[in-house]
Amino acid sequence: MDYKKKPLPPIVGKAGFGLLGIGLVLIILAFAVNTQRAFFDYLWMYMFLVSVGVGSLALVALEYLVGATWSTPFRRISEFLSSLIPVLAILVIPLLFGMHDLFHWTHPETLQNDPILQSKAPYLNVNFFIIRVAIVFAVWLAFYFLFIRNSQRQDNTKDPALTRQSIKLSAVFAILFIITISITAVDWMMSLEYHWYSTMFGVYYFSGTLYVSFAVAAFCAVKLNENGYLSERLSNNHYYSFGAFMFAFNIFWAYIAFSQYMLIWYADIPEETFWVIMRMKGSWAYYSIGLVFVHFIIPFIILLPRSSKVRPGLLTKMAVWFVIAHFYDLYWLIMPTYFKEGFVFGWSELGFMMFAVGLIITVFRIRAAKVNLVPVGDPKLESGLNFHLN
Amino acid sequence: MVSIMIKKLINSLKEYDSKADTEHRSKKLFGLAALYNTPNEIITAAADVAGKGYEKFDVYTPYPMHGMDDAMGMKSSKVGYVSFALGLTGMCLALLMIWWMSSVNYPNIIGGKPFFALPASIPITFEGTVLLTGIATVLGVLILFNQLPKINSPLNDTDFMKRVTSDKFGLVINADDEKFIDADVRKLFLSGGAFEVQEIYYRETNLGIKTPIFDGKFISIIFATAILTAIITYVTLNIVLYDVVPFDWMWNQAKINSQSKSDFFPNKAGMREPVNGTVARGFLPYEYKGMPDSSVKLLSNPLAVSRKVLERGQERFNIYCSPCHGYFGEGDGRMRDQFPKPPSLHNQKVLNWPDGNIFHVITNGQNVMPSYAEQVPVDDRWAIIHYIRALQRSKNASDEDLTKSK
Repeated sequence: MDYKKKPLPPIVGKAGFGLLGIGLVLIILAFAVNTQRAFFDYLWMYMFLVSVGVGSLALVALEYLVGATWSTPFRRISEFLSSLIPVLAILVIPLLFGMHDLFHWTHPETLQNDPILQSKAPYLNVNFFIIRVAIVFAVWLAFYFLFIRNSQRQDNTKDPALTRQSIKLSAVFAILFIITISITAVDWMMSLEYHWYSTMFGVYYFSGTLYVSFAVAAFCAVKLNENGYLSERLSNNHYYSFGAFMFAFNIFWAYIAFSQYMLIWYADIPEETFWVIMRMKGSWAYYSIGLVFVHFIIPFIILLPRSSKVRPGLLTKMAVWFVIAHFYDLYWLIMPTYFKEGFVFGWSELGFMMFAVGLIITVFRIRAAKVNLVPVGDPKLESGLNFHLN
Repeated sequence: MVSIMIKKLINSLKEYDSKADTEHRSKKLFGLAALYNTPNEIITAAADVAGKGYEKFDVYTPYPMHGMDDAMGMKSSKVGYVSFALGLTGMCLALLMIWWMSSVNYPNIIGGKPFFALPASIPITFEGTVLLTGIATVLGVLILFNQLPKINSPLNDTDFMKRVTSDKFGLVINADDEKFIDADVRKLFLSGGAFEVQEIYYRETNLGIKTPIFDGKFISIIFATAILTAIITYVTLNIVLYDVVPFDWMWNQAKINSQSKSDFFPNKAGMREPVNGTVARGFLPYEYKGMPDSSVKLLSNPLAVSRKVLERGQERFNIYCSPCHGYFGEGDGRMRDQFPKPPSLHNQKVLNWPDGNIFHVITNGQNVMPSYAEQVPVDDRWAIIHYIRALQRSKNASDEDLTKSK
């Protein structure tokens, strides 16, 4: 492996800090102007960052679990992105102070007059909620530090035993990831409408996390490699895999989203339909139809031909598209509870979006400054570099 | 008996397997085949051959080799287009099928949904798309790569094929390639490290125009297999497994049939009694049962006269009323000698009756006439009344009616 570490160009750091700074100013303004709206926007941004951070850690684990080699040269990218997890553990704290604004079920007078909520109270109460958040973060942080430690130690020791240990860890994390991501989705987003329930909601959010994690990883991988930061031996064959996985999770999301919708539509029970009806009121109707096109149909048609999965320029553009589509999807899940009459997108929402993107770039840059961009000590690296489609 | 037959079959298969390729080969050269020892040699050899400008050549390896497509300079295959086209066709056909079945051929209300609803059809549309895409991909591969009507390559049963399907790597340049010159090709092979070069000749049968797929024997075997399969399936499902759960065509189901016994309920009756006071749809109790005519006269016909209503009235009248009253209401029906003759519907009394009175007679019965409430639903009774009025008018038509109908 002929890897020589090069520092990222300063423009990356400037862009990250710029977005982060403007975002932060707008966020502070947003909280000063309308606290409740700011908290909903904050939740929206937080869920997006969870998607990218925890989804990237899942990609790292997935590579170990299935023994993939094509992604080994790019694993560091997902590792850097998963460094959002410690940041998220701090970002979640303000959100806990906004629970009264976000969740109607936390109000004692609601609980008193609502027999349905009373029957859900053993799970849905503030204390247990915070305990769950703590447990979920404990799991994420523990596995994050274990995976990262093993991977970075291997750069120097080149010890294959570390890979074997990570494989065992990944098998455990695969199960815990599904459980924790479902708990996160149900707690933070489904409980916004605490009468509503969908057993598919956890899978719905899960499909979105991998959708956006593959997209962000693909964006970084193609950009870094096209500018010569990784290896000359990485080529279209590797890009194709990113394109194929983006395409696959695009279809998977559509499959899950449609399954959830169809069951609600078919059963036609008022306890379930009101959630969809909220998203069909006023301008939300256009937003919902737009979701089908933005999130599924347009990327599906663009990514369908094989040739578009190997074109680096198109792939990065589609990755940006996927990021926007995931923001769009989470907005659809969270915001109708606040904007009941129709969707609104103002400077406040834009500020939170900028902050999220800026934070991802900054975290990536800080991590990339210290650590090799390619896991040079990984025993699978050589076969990963040699990967050929046919 | 069966075991002997199976042994014989296995033996004949073994014999067939070990038989040398005795079929007569013609003098026409199919191509030159080279054998290599290592995967690296075959990849460089393939790149060499492609680089020299040969187009009609192929590589045979015991396992799929990464990087071979690039080395051979292959373009991406056309199978994807076939799959895409048939996938779209499958999608359209599935949608068309659902639409036709659920809203044209057999419209049925399910769960209060529209006859044709997109969410309900998506799963079938998806299945149709996937099914035809899959079939198209297999057929596309068979036709584009295996050149389907041809089912036998001259390479089959040669020494070369035996080697490349076990432990060696082979490359064949076809003799009909534009650049094919025997000596050049041999030189190219040997310089690339080939340890053996073989000539492959066409079989006599390969040269004929007739492809074996249209062979009479082949086709009759296919048909015979199909017929045999159909017969065996029929006998198995309809005779052998007829009463065996779960192949019993769902005769036996875990449910209570109407009019049958059930141990589940204390009174052992499978059917439940309706709740007291239950009224079936369209069977509202008649409020004027046995009442004097006066209160009935208040009822007026709720149906507007239209061609459809009159035709319905005529149809019902001909079924239920005409046996006694006759097709024209004159009391000369087909039952005239077996029952007391009913009065004509054209007499002054009936002409003067309000609609409600006729309704009362149909519903309640009168003299010998029984109640028709069970046979004729309310709306049909009113339709019949419209028709009776039309009959009456036809007997007493004025001149104005004639001019109007012009």
